[in-house]
Amino acid sequence: MIVAVASGKGGTGKTTVATSLALVLGDCQYLDCDVEEPNGYIFLKPEIKSRRSVTIPVPEVDLKKCTFCGDCASACQFNAIAVVKEKVLVFPELCHGCGACRLACPAGAVTGVLREVGVIEEGAAGRIDFVQGTLNVGEPLAVPVVREVKKAIRGDEDVLIDASPGTSCPVVEALSDSDFAILVTEPTPFGLHDLKLALKVVGRMAIPHGVVVNKTQDMDNVITVFCRERDIPVLLQIPLQREIAVAYSRGTPLVCAFPEWRKSFAEILERIRGWAR
Amino acid sequence: MKVAVSSTGPDLSAGVDPRFGRSQYFIIVDPETLEFEAVQNPNIAAVGGAGIQSAQLVIDKGVSAVLTGNCGPNAFSTLQAAGVRVVTGVTGTVREAVEKHKKGELKPTPQPSTGPRFGMGRGCGRGRRGPRGF
Repeated sequence: MIVAVASGKGGTGKTTVATSLALVLGDCQYLDCDVEEPNGYIFLKPEIKSRRSVTIPVPEVDLKKCTFCGDCASACQFNAIAVVKEKVLVFPELCHGCGACRLACPAGAVTGVLREVGVIEEGAAGRIDFVQGTLNVGEPLAVPVVREVKKAIRGDEDVLIDASPGTSCPVVEALSDSDFAILVTEPTPFGLHDLKLALKVVGRMAIPHGVVVNKTQDMDNVITVFCRERDIPVLLQIPLQREIAVAYSRGTPLVCAFPEWRKSFAEILERIRGWAR
Repeated sequence: MKVAVSSTGPDLSAGVDPRFGRSQYFIIVDPETLEFEAVQNPNIAAVGGAGIQSAQLVIDKGVSAVLTGNCGPNAFSTLQAAGVRVVTGVTGTVREAVEKHKKGELKPTPQPSTGPRFGMGRGCGRGRRGPRGF
């Protein structure tokens, strides 16, 4: 079973939920796909055993062969090439590495050179297989790194995916092929607003899903009312408690600081195993 | 030689648009005769590379200079590659800008005046929320 932990709003507790689930599962793969700011390692404290680059092919133009026809620039959907007079300008930070320019060039003047956009690190935290991707500073393209992290999925163990917040491409990439999505939010108008956005994404992707409400002060709140109306299962509510925040700030996973929470997370896993596709 | 002015409207009385890549219009104007052509900018909603495309657009119009509010690094290097001079910090109406240019009161900018993605508000495909803030 592949379970993705996602959210519309950031800072709601994805990593708290994902790391606790991983620790309760024990034998599993934990993939930190929040490549812009992976933080699962702070809690799981893995031993990193290998490190490798993620690269994308960006165009290099042989000006001896180039006829300056501009076909490469027209083929590029990301405006990463400009042909002006007798010059070809490549903007590597806009390039998605799709290779359309190479295919479009009638003179065979475009080749691809590999450019590093991020790093994949693999290791272990006890019985948990740990994989994380880190996007290089200044790189705008997270998707190739997320894709590379997900290649680590073997299929013989449960997988927990810690996605980035929001609803943009890296989130969609992290969610794709998941059997279940846990959407973490908080009982605020902002939390509700962004939960609705996240629900649209998982709805469109036809991924079974449930909600975890974090920082709850009242068990009956804007999120539970909304979920009841829409028939969306609320899997767990985590109270707004100073001690939980203190443990978090020290990098202690919730289920390690408060072992009594293990049972609640085990129950979530049991419930979603029945619903997962 | 014609110049291109980033503009908020389709004529000489419109204000200079502070953005280059995502300017509403480009007024391609002959400073001597004030004959002009208004081009609606097709790159306003581009996900990325609006500046590059806009630069390509005005280069293809054969202008020798661009008068605008701000110009990012990608648009700047594209214009520079084509030998187009870039003047940033231009305000007022398009007509005023062209007249100042004609009198030689505007000096070309040696470097981009903003970082990339200056003209992008929140929203354009940046559906990411949280403490990291875009």
